[in-house]
This record gives sequence, C-alpha cells and structure tokens, in this order.
Amino acid sequence: MKNKLFAVWVSLLAAFAAHAVAVDEKPLEDPALEAQARALMKEIRCLQCQNQSIEDSNADIARDLRALIRERIALGDSPENVKSYLVDRYGDWVLLKPPVKSSTYFLWGSPFFVVLIIAFLLVRRKQSQSVAAPLSADEEARLQELLEREQ
Amino acid sequence: MSRFVPLIVVAALVALFLGMMLSDRNPNEIDSVLIGREAPEFSLASLDDASPALTQADLSTGKPVLVNFFASWCVPCRAEHENLMRLAGDYRVEVIGIAYKNEKDQAIGFLNELGNPFSKTGLDLDGRVGIDWGVSGVPETFLIDGDGIVRYRHWGPIVGDSLETRLLPELEALR
Amino acid sequence: MAGEIGHFALLLALMFALVGATVPHIGAARGNAAFMALADRAILAQFAMAAVAFAALTYAFVTSDFSVVNVATNSHTLKPLLYKISGTWGNHEGSLLFWVLNLTLFGALVSWRGRKLPLRFRSRVLAVQSTLILGFLLFIIFTSNPFLRLDPAPFEGNGLNPLLQDPGLAFHPPMLYLGYVGLSVAFSFAVAALIEGEVTPLWARWVRPWALLAWVFLTGGIALGSWWAYYELGWGGWWFWDPVENASFMPWLVAAALLHSAIVVEKRDALKSWTILLAIIAFSLSLLGTFVVRSGVITSVHAFANDPARGIFILAFLAIVVGGSVTLYAWRAPKLAPSGLFGVVSRESALVVNNIFLSTFAAVVLVGTLYPLFVEASGAGQISVGPPFFEYAAAVLMSPLIVALGIGPLLAWKRGNVSRSVQIVFPALIVGFVAAIVLVWRTSGDFVMTAFGLGLAAWLVSSVLLEIANRLRLRKGASIASALRKITRAQWGMSMAHMGLGFILLGITISEAFTTEELTVMAPGDTVDVAGYDFTFEGVAPIVGPNYTAVRGFFTVYEGETILTSLMPEDRVYSNPVMTTTEAAIYPLFSGDLYAVIGEAASSGRWSVRLYFKPMISGLWLGAFMMMVGGVLSLSDRRLRIGLPTGRKARVSGASA
Repeated sequence: MKNKLFAVWVSLLAAFAAHAVAVDEKPLEDPALEAQARALMKEIRCLQCQNQSIEDSNADIARDLRALIRERIALGDSPENVKSYLVDRYGDWVLLKPPVKSSTYFLWGSPFFVVLIIAFLLVRRKQSQSVAAPLSADEEARLQELLEREQ
Repeated sequence: MSRFVPLIVVAALVALFLGMMLSDRNPNEIDSVLIGREAPEFSLASLDDASPALTQADLSTGKPVLVNFFASWCVPCRAEHENLMRLAGDYRVEVIGIAYKNEKDQAIGFLNELGNPFSKTGLDLDGRVGIDWGVSGVPETFLIDGDGIVRYRHWGPIVGDSLETRLLPELEALR
Repeated sequence: MAGEIGHFALLLALMFALVGATVPHIGAARGNAAFMALADRAILAQFAMAAVAFAALTYAFVTSDFSVVNVATNSHTLKPLLYKISGTWGNHEGSLLFWVLNLTLFGALVSWRGRKLPLRFRSRVLAVQSTLILGFLLFIIFTSNPFLRLDPAPFEGNGLNPLLQDPGLAFHPPMLYLGYVGLSVAFSFAVAALIEGEVTPLWARWVRPWALLAWVFLTGGIALGSWWAYYELGWGGWWFWDPVENASFMPWLVAAALLHSAIVVEKRDALKSWTILLAIIAFSLSLLGTFVVRSGVITSVHAFANDPARGIFILAFLAIVVGGSVTLYAWRAPKLAPSGLFGVVSRESALVVNNIFLSTFAAVVLVGTLYPLFVEASGAGQISVGPPFFEYAAAVLMSPLIVALGIGPLLAWKRGNVSRSVQIVFPALIVGFVAAIVLVWRTSGDFVMTAFGLGLAAWLVSSVLLEIANRLRLRKGASIASALRKITRAQWGMSMAHMGLGFILLGITISEAFTTEELTVMAPGDTVDVAGYDFTFEGVAPIVGPNYTAVRGFFTVYEGETILTSLMPEDRVYSNPVMTTTEAAIYPLFSGDLYAVIGEAASSGRWSVRLYFKPMISGLWLGAFMMMVGGVLSLSDRRLRIGLPTGRKARVSGASA
C-alpha cells in the first residue's frame, strides 16, 4: 500500500519536475581540483536567479555551468581561463567579483577614500574646537585687557 | 561647504534612479556579448532525421536569419510561438529553431502540436551550444545578418508589442 | 463590508494626517498652544484609523474574503492560520499598510511617552511624523489600495509564495519594518530640531531610546532573515549581499553609529550636526530600502512585483522627504554650534572612530549596491558587484573598528589615558595574537585571513571581559556582588552587544573557513563521514502536508558508535502556487551544526544529498541575540527612559553604552 502511494506520488513529482534534461551532478574525484572548481563557482553569478552565485542555486543553468566548470577544471584548465571563457560568453556581468579596470577603480577604492572623506568631515569639525588651540596674539591681548579691567 | 555634501549626494542618487526608471530597461536582462560578432561555431543534429546537421554555415545565407532557442517544457515559448509562425509566414523570414535541453521526441511533439515555423532545426540536448551563445534561459532569439554576424538578441518571449516595436525594426534595418 | 470599513478608515486617517502635518507647525510659528496641542490628538486619531484599517485587512485575510483583490492574489483557504495572518503584511499593499500602522503607533508612543517634552518641540516632532504618514497614505490610496474589490469573487485564492510560509519569514518582515519605522522617530526628532534650530544634550537623551529600539528590531529582523536563508535555502549560506539584504544592513549600520554619536551629544554637547545627519540618513536609507524592493530598478530575489507608477511615486516621495530634510540640514546645520571640547585621546574620540568606520561601511555598501547602476548609466556595460567585493570592504573597514572597540570603552571622557587603557587590555592583545598564531601553526599557514579574523574576535571578547573586570576592580573593598550590582544596565548592555559582535565574528570566521561539505549521491544504507560524524542514509518517505507534498530523507548521525541524532530534511512541492522548497535538517552541537539537505532522486534508488558540518555557526545567532539583549538591557536602564527625571548622581556615574 505504502509502496503504491509512493509510486503514484513519485510520478506526480516527476510531472512537476520533469522539465529540462537534468545533468547528473558529481564532485570531482581530486579534492584539490574540486576545491578549485568550488572556489570559482562562488564567483560566478547565476544567470536566472539574480544575485546568487551558481554555487548556491538550484536553477537549471547554474547546474549546467557547474558541470561545465568541473569539466574544464578536470581537463586541466586554469580557473582564470575558465573565467575568461565565461566572460567571453556572458560578459563581465557574470563575475560576482568585478574585475579591476577603469570603470571599477572608484568601486574598489571606495572603502579608502570614503573613510578619508568622512574622517575629514568629522575630525575637521572637531579640530575647529580643539582643546589645545593656543590663544592668538589678539586674543591674548584682549584677555589681558579683560583681566586688568576685572581688577 | 561640507553641509551641502548630503544634498549633492541625494540629488545625484535621485537623478540616477529617475534616469534608470525612465529608460525602459529590464533589470533582469543581460546584454548579449555576441552583438557585432560572428555567430559561434557549432554543429547540432537536426530534429528531422533526414536533414543534415545544423552548423554555423547555415546562418550566413546572404539574408537575415532568426535563430530561436526553444523547449517544449518552456511555457513562455508557447506564448511566443504564434509570433514565430507569423515571422516565418507573413514576414517571410527564415527562422531556425534550436531545441534547448529538450528530449528529441518532446521537441518534435511540441512542433507537431503548435506548428513548425522553422526551416531548419538543431537539438542542443546538454545546453552547451546555448552556453556558447550566452543563453541564460529559453526563449531567446538571435537576429543574424547575411554575413553570419549577430545583430540583435531578443531576450525572453516575443510577445505583446515587442514584435512590432523591437524585433521588426531591427529586421527591417538589415533588409 | 470589512473592506469598505478599512477603505473609509484610510481616508479618515488621511484627513487627520493632513491636519496633523500642518496645523501644529502653524501653532508653533504663532505660539498658539491650542494649535500645537492638536498634534497629539491628530496622531492618536491617525493611529486609531490605521489600526481599524489594518484590522479590517487582517479580518479579510483570516476569513479568506476573496472579493478583496489583495486577499485573492495572496491567500488561499488551505493555508495555515499563521500564514493567513502573516499574509497580511507579506504583500506590497499590506506591507505598506503595516508601515502606516507602525508610523502612527510610534507617533502615538512619542505623544504618550513624551509628555515631558516641551509642547512646541513635541508638536513639531509629531507634525513631521504626520507628514511621513501622509506620504505613505497617499501612496497607498492612489497606487496600492489593499481594499480594492474583485467582482465576481473567485472561489479560491492564488496562495502565498511558499518560501514565505515559514515561521522565520512570517516574523522577519514585521521586525524589519518596526526597525525602519522606529528610525522614523529619530528622523522626526532630527527634522524638528533643525526647524527649531537647536540641539541640546536633552535632545539626544530623548532620541537615543528610539534609535536603540529601532536598532534592536533591525538586529532581530536581519538575524531572522539570515537564519531563514540558512535553513530554508538549503545551501548553508546565510548572507548573500543581495540589494535587499543590503537595504536592511545599511540602516542598521547607520543606526548603530547614531546610537554612539548620540551619547557624545548627550554627555559632551558635541557632534551635534553630525548626529542630526545620521538620524536623517538612517531613516532615508530605510526608505531607500522600500524603494529598492518596489521600484524594479534593481533586481533582487526579494523584489515585489513592480509597477512603474509606484516606482515614480516612491521616488517622488523619497526626493521630497530626503531631499527636503538634507536641504533643511544644509540651511540650518551652521546654527548647531558645538560647545563640548575633547582631547585627541578620549572616549569621544573613540566614538568618533566608531562613527567613521560604521558610516563609511554603510556608504561603501551603498556604493557597491548601486555601482552596477552607475556603470550601466555611464554606458560602460553591465557588471555585477557580489559578495567578494563586500567581504573585502568588511575586512578593510571592520578590522580597525574592532581593534578600536577593544580600547574605546576604557578611555575616559574628555581626556583619556591611552597607556593606562592599553595596560588594562594588554592580556586581550596577547589572547588575540596567540589565537591567531596557534591557528596559523595548526593549519600550516593556509588560513592567514582566518587567523586574522579569529585573532580579532578573541581580542574583542577578551577585552570586553577585561573591561568588566576593570569596573569591578575600581570598586575595591566592596564585595563582588555589590560591585556587580553597581554596574549599570546600560553598561551591561554595552558589554553584551560588543561581545555579541565578537561571537558573530567568531562564527563567521570559523564557519567560513572550516565547513566540511559532502555533495554526494547515496543509496539507503550508505554512510558518509563528515568531519568525523558518520551520516547513514536510511531512505526516504513521502509526506503530505496541508498544502504541500514532500519527500523526507532520513539520516542517522553517529559519533563513533553512539547515535547522535537523526536528521530529516525535506524537499517540498507546494501546490498553490506550485513551487519547490528545501527544508534543511539542522542539529546544533556546541562545536557546530550538523546540516543535511535532500536533493533529487538519482538513478537506481539513490538520492543526491548535501551534508555539512558548520563549525561555530551558532556564534552568529548567539551574537545577534546578545546584541538584542544588550540593546534591551540598555533600554531598560532607568536613566535612559524618556520623561523620567534624572538625579545628579546618576549623571555622574553615567559612563554609558
């Protein structure tokens, strides 16, 4: 009885899930190569699901690209080569880590110069009221004058 | 002057957003890198056993050609199919179909059911040719000029007014 | 009927908001007390009407009244009650109504708790709050009315996105919204102060609890969302730097900066215009988040179905509210002359450092989130900015912050003694170095960045402990118990929150570097070793839920010979709408989480599975929880409660969180 229910249900599931031709997903035998492939997958953006890497996406195209990456890495391709292979087909868009070039200098530099700007804004404001600022000659004279008048 | 910094930043952001919203871009759409380049090399078995394999050479015919990636499991493909039939019939464009990650008999069943607008077909069972073309999902349609250079890529189904406002003007420009 | 009542209540609320946003300003300008006092009544009336409208919508959802379009498109009779209720705020229109409800609620709370505020100032604050409510109400009524009718009513609704049908996600949006809206109070206080042209230490005292409350909610909301992603998406990830996640993270960072800078205003009467700016920015970023989700400008997994008319409306609203307030700031900021002075080495300076890094990080996250738009607008093509960039920014900007965080609380106000403070935390420095060196040595130098993160976390946690110990030591002679009692709740709160940050850093660093993962295909009876734990796959069984079917995998986990636990991950297929979701099975151990996911059926009765051991990942949730507890402790400190008179004594001993 239970088995029969199971069979019916599996066929139902199949009706929903039997979309595209699926690729069997297996990690590479060599753990070092697999680690290389996985690191690369983290940096490749999924084309269907938006803002996820292909490493953590269920989308069909993500699975295909994972298979492709494993295949090329297994064939001895360097991660850099595989990356440029993908950029050739999908453009810089596919890289979650934008390449350093003239259009991204501002981006990569932003932590450094924003910190300088904000520090400048905050510290300059503070210095204008710095404790240690000595009195100018003028102020000194006026102070003297006031003190004398007090007496 | 530092007190004006926030105002300037806010004004710039509002301008950016406004510009982005007024341009009719689809934020999901990824530009094709193929535009202006020769179509990638490939060779795919035809859905029709009698025909020879579909290759890159079939695309440079001296006349504009459309290459449509489709699949029987893809719902938007059904939606655009009527327009593909019109393109092949009313507008007399050669349309080539590539069944993307689709079992052969299912793809044939799909064409038998809805009509076949394609002059030639290819079967991309593992989706690798799709990747070479930069396809992110089906349907996608490429417009190729007489010399085999990709001129335009239509992302998503050709439905609504996108046939008249987008694809046809591109097509006319090549004729 | 409920629909009409709700709609009518919205229109009435709009009238009250119109009155509340204008009349009090006239009163304040002319010195008319009756006009000013109207602000309180107007805000209460708005709250009452918003509550009626929200109750009406909730009623429609609970009774599955499909003659209301919003219910028909977002609910379903088979949905469990909890998700019928959470469905109320789980859609665009309902979430806006929820915003309005909270804006009015917080306004009413200000009116209630702020009796001690000068009438003139209170009426300005409430008038600004009413302006915000007015904007949201106009938006709802003109573009996103949740009470539109559908004729004929369908027999069944479309259902709620199954991903949202989850306890974590039922409460994640309302928590975030409460945080965002809590920041609206700080915003209203800031704008009112700019209009009045005066910021006093008392102002900071009033604002801080609201900012703290908002920050606690934001912390909870973000943590819930992150936890949800961790167990529901099934990849073991918990943060993706998605634009919408960033949209909640930026206000959180700025709110954290605001909490700290408000202390400087309160104690030292300095950093005034900066604090005002932070209050404006914190809420503006909350609005930006709302904009990002609904405008369709940026793609995100979280985006609501978007509609250009709505986008334009929100952009206009954003331009008016944010643009107006920063214009006001540019005009009035010079009036806010600082009077407090402090030395280069002092608690104030440490808090300035905190503010520099927190606000820079927020700004850089904004740059990263919007950068693809800049590049595209400038015609340089399409790029993506993903986790690698944000992780780099976090490392660059958070490391100096954490180093400073270890010392900051030990520095005295006005003029601190750096060598004495360093002396106190010196052991923490050693602990940090030793932790880092041991890690480098044990991993033969493969994990330098991890060692750095671990060192920072160890430094932070131990310096917080040393700081508490130092407070105890200051009270020589007193028994430990009485010395402990002398430490104020605000101080405990600060230590808790800082230590929470340390645990979060520990969790991130260790789990990122040392997660063990097995992606494999298993047949029933197979065993896989994951980080020393043996996962035996027992098989799968079909499950039928109220509105889904699922395949449930059974794993028994052994540690050596003993059975540790069984894990039952599910792969669900929801019926309305049809969608697959993954339910990871997680067993938290002290050392880390055992995590199992069942994938698809492979050939010959085998199933693809993903098994993980994620060491120290609980540090994330524990740390976030500690931050919240710290915030609540600090809130419960008598001296922070608004309206309560404060004794001189409390002030003197009041070093604070």
